[in-house]
Amino acid sequence: MEKPVQKIGLKHGSGGRAMRQLIEDVFLELASPVDGVGLSALDDGAAIRVGDQWLVITTDSHVVHPIVFPGGDIGRLSVSGTVNDLAMMGATEPLALTCAVILEEGFPRADLERIRDSLKATALEAGAPFVTGDTKVMGKGELDGIVLNTTGVALTRRVVTDAGLRPGDLLIVTGQVGDHGMAIMAKRHDLGLQGDLRSDVAPINGLIRAALAAGGDDVVAMKDPTRGGVSGSLHEMAAKGRVGIVLTEQAVPVRDEVRAACDMLGIDPLLVANEGKAVIGVRAASAQKVLAALRAHPLGRDAAVFAHAMAERPGAVILDTGLGRRLLSEPEGELLPRIC
Amino acid sequence: MAKDLTQELKFRDPAKARALAAAMQRNLDALGREVSVMHVCGSHEQAIARFGLRAVLPPQLKLIMGPGCPVCVTDGPEVDEAVALAQGGAHVCTYGDMLRLPGTSRSLADAQADGARVHVVYSVAQAVDVARAHPADQVVFMASGFETTAVATAAIALTDLPRNFSILSVHKYVPAAMEVVSRSKESNIEGFIAAGHAAIITGSAIFEPFAARTGSPVVVAGFEPLDILAAIVKLTELILERRPEVFNAYPRCVTRAGNLPAQKVLWRVFEPRAGKWRGIAEVPDGNLDLRPEFARLDARQRLGLSLDTSAVRDEAAAGLERECICGPIMMGLASPHDCALFGKACVPEAPVGACMVSSEGTCRIWHTYGGAPDLRQVEGRPAGQG
Repeated sequence: MEKPVQKIGLKHGSGGRAMRQLIEDVFLELASPVDGVGLSALDDGAAIRVGDQWLVITTDSHVVHPIVFPGGDIGRLSVSGTVNDLAMMGATEPLALTCAVILEEGFPRADLERIRDSLKATALEAGAPFVTGDTKVMGKGELDGIVLNTTGVALTRRVVTDAGLRPGDLLIVTGQVGDHGMAIMAKRHDLGLQGDLRSDVAPINGLIRAALAAGGDDVVAMKDPTRGGVSGSLHEMAAKGRVGIVLTEQAVPVRDEVRAACDMLGIDPLLVANEGKAVIGVRAASAQKVLAALRAHPLGRDAAVFAHAMAERPGAVILDTGLGRRLLSEPEGELLPRIC
Repeated sequence: MAKDLTQELKFRDPAKARALAAAMQRNLDALGREVSVMHVCGSHEQAIARFGLRAVLPPQLKLIMGPGCPVCVTDGPEVDEAVALAQGGAHVCTYGDMLRLPGTSRSLADAQADGARVHVVYSVAQAVDVARAHPADQVVFMASGFETTAVATAAIALTDLPRNFSILSVHKYVPAAMEVVSRSKESNIEGFIAAGHAAIITGSAIFEPFAARTGSPVVVAGFEPLDILAAIVKLTELILERRPEVFNAYPRCVTRAGNLPAQKVLWRVFEPRAGKWRGIAEVPDGNLDLRPEFARLDARQRLGLSLDTSAVRDEAAAGLERECICGPIMMGLASPHDCALFGKACVPEAPVGACMVSSEGTCRIWHTYGGAPDLRQVEGRPAGQG
């Protein structure tokens, strides 16, 4: 009954069902078999066997409006996004990054230098060296300011996918959710909200390294809840792992400022983008160990167990509100366009 | 931001919710059969869906949303009237959701896209401002909503209004529709939950003749999750004890008599007349029309609207619309999941039927909150705070 779309809309870039459908309809054609995790897995990146290790590779383009926002800018966002995608595959030691820049005619040099400084500082923080890049300029009006593309590679001995959940596994979120999306929205729409709404954008490979060191093979699935938020991540993990997921609404850490802003705008914080968080699936026996390791790290102090996987209702994500239960809706359209 | 304001509302206490669910279960066990009850308010459905309350209801209890959304029940030809006015050159002002509501074939949004002057307003006073800003043009306020909203329209009708301002009333009167549902042969609704905000105006007593006539108890409920659960407990009790009475479970806001000055204004300006509700057929006394002494304000009479709307109709309406089952959904005879279009061809961005258009419509609410299949059977232990 659903007709394939003929024109691309903003919702096709928002990390929800529409985007997944478009990728499946159009780009899966490109997938060819690889020894490892390839395009058809639609994971955060690919993993190709190289000797007794895996070469993990990921790429991401970044557009954001505004390009500087409370807590970060497009430079920090693009390094963090790529480093975090590598980390979500289990590869927490980036070997190298590339950066391609596409600029609109008239873009101020001072802004470009500021973004360069931010790229440099964030790469240093993540321990990820830039090794090559590319610069292009397009005419006025052919592009909105700047597009950054970063690619990252890393080696790892063990790949973690987003499909590894089994019934009984617990899910941990590494901190408060919704900060990035609501900071961008408040700034973009000049909402004049009180309180400190700041993006959480950060490279979290060090945090993930600590979790993997504590949990070892019992860390079975990871996903960073960027576009589509925690809900998007859980829906993907539930579908790919063929498990049902039950999450406890009251166990999800959300800052009061974010909750209030979400309430005001009628937005569910579980659908809002994050840029410095991970959802980690862990075998129940190791959950407390991993949680303790996360909480010992400055970026994981508010980590919490918030959900579990079950055999019933594979693919479904069920929200326990404390008063009752319902299906958590899957992010569908454009909640916050162009935030990462 | 105070934590207790955002997280620890006393109306959201899980232990109390469980106790209320257990009380419901006891009443249902004593009855020993299935019971269907209906609420008639989009705001109630919002809370029920948002908090997943259906999952804690006893399996023998069916909680159904009835015709509780003023946008949904506005009939196609009523939209056609507004579209005809807009296409005829008048400014048409109305509330947001009305814009996308399909008429027989076109919506006000379609007319707007073709250049008609359609304004979204948040109050009737804003519509009057539009009239003052365009003194040379006719400005029509398409007045939708139930008795609560109708009071605001009535109040402005009693003031000194610009001569180019008129009202296209599509206001509806809920108690009349409850009567229709209650008398319908197919529905076996045994009790009603009435909307607290409407009862603030009309008072709980307004439902007493209805309860006596139909034998269906009515409980007036507030909008917090525990308000709703407590109201259902009371309703099951009244059904169990065969007491077709009216109970006010929202006494912190609602009185038996209601807001008498507001009622006086309402009935001074409007009178109930028979009218068609979308999906429900003719409802005796279901429409609130302007009384004859306000004819000068009545867009239908003033702008000769008795009305050829054929220009905006397309009787060969799309096949999709024929598949839409909003009517049976609003009558409580079907759920959104019974509709082949729900969540597929009919989504909030591209609604086919009225129930998906309005944020108060059943389909829209279910879609927003992930749909509402029966989750009562899913056990799974909840995750701890860790």
